[in-house]
Amino acid sequence: MTVWQIIILASIAVLAIKLVGYLIPPSLVERPTPARIANLLTVALLAALITVQTLGVGQGIQIDARVPALIVAAGLFALRVPFILVVIAAAAVAALIRLVF
Amino acid sequence: MARDPETTAAIRASLAVGLAVAAYGISFGALSVAAGLDVWQTCVLSLLMFSGGSQFALVGILATGGAAAGGAAIASAALLGTRNALYALRVAPFIGVRWPLRALAAHWTIDETTAVSTAQPTLAGQRAGFWWTGAIIYVGWNLMTLLGALIGDLLGDVSQYGLDAAAAAAFLGLLWPRLRQLQPVVVAIGAAVVAAVLTPALPPGIPVLAAALVAVIVGLTNWLGPKPGKLGPMSDSAAVPR
Repeated sequence: MTVWQIIILASIAVLAIKLVGYLIPPSLVERPTPARIANLLTVALLAALITVQTLGVGQGIQIDARVPALIVAAGLFALRVPFILVVIAAAAVAALIRLVF
Repeated sequence: MARDPETTAAIRASLAVGLAVAAYGISFGALSVAAGLDVWQTCVLSLLMFSGGSQFALVGILATGGAAAGGAAIASAALLGTRNALYALRVAPFIGVRWPLRALAAHWTIDETTAVSTAQPTLAGQRAGFWWTGAIIYVGWNLMTLLGALIGDLLGDVSQYGLDAAAAAAFLGLLWPRLRQLQPVVVAIGAAVVAAVLTPALPPGIPVLAAALVAVIVGLTNWLGPKPGKLGPMSDSAAVPR
């Protein structure tokens, strides 16, 4: 697959899922179990993506400047600092550590 | 044109949320270019996919696995988009039945439009909240994506600037408001462990999909979950942006 094909296919999939919500009768999915799984899916995928993005190097695991950057980000989110500022702070922490060491 | 106070309040909420959220399109644009997509591909993604979590996931997996990880990248983006179908159920009653309008509403059915609109007390307020939030974020998210992509293009070597850490922080920002109960916290930790353990063993992208199984298992058994009846229909209003 080319990157363009991946982009188009994934976009169609995401839009189709949104449309499904307008087409199916609410009684089918408004039950607790499907709703709970959908909400937990979001949590699990985001947590896994954080892990891979923080520790992964290709097909391996490595602890480096990204770990302290993520810890700083968690602290700032806990203090309710706005999203964009936290993202910039995390980048700055990692860049600074790489500059010093 | 005179507006009732509820509509005015809804529009004010839309502006606050919309402008704040649109601003982080800039981080998506920069990270997408850092992941190896070009400026055009990055902008098309924001125009057509228009769902932040799914977009970050797609470029995150392409960053580690390249086009070879395309299948896993598409699957991750789609799975992260499943919550939008639940949002659609919630907003559909006040969107109306005209189809061109419903199709546009579907495209704009995301965390923020759902959160703002369903928080309004009146029908007019709900409609205004949905469409104003959707329009502000759609325009803002795409403009900021373009700006971020152009900046990312200028930056060059990205790890030097810590953009890889910024991507992790961006995911954390999307996850953070969802961690208010024990069950999602346990699922998050479980999924993180599964992803870390499987990363050395499996091709890029697959560990993330495998971690999704944690959600399915805990969701089916409702392990550590709130008692039945406690989980109201608005349980995912945790998606209200900070």
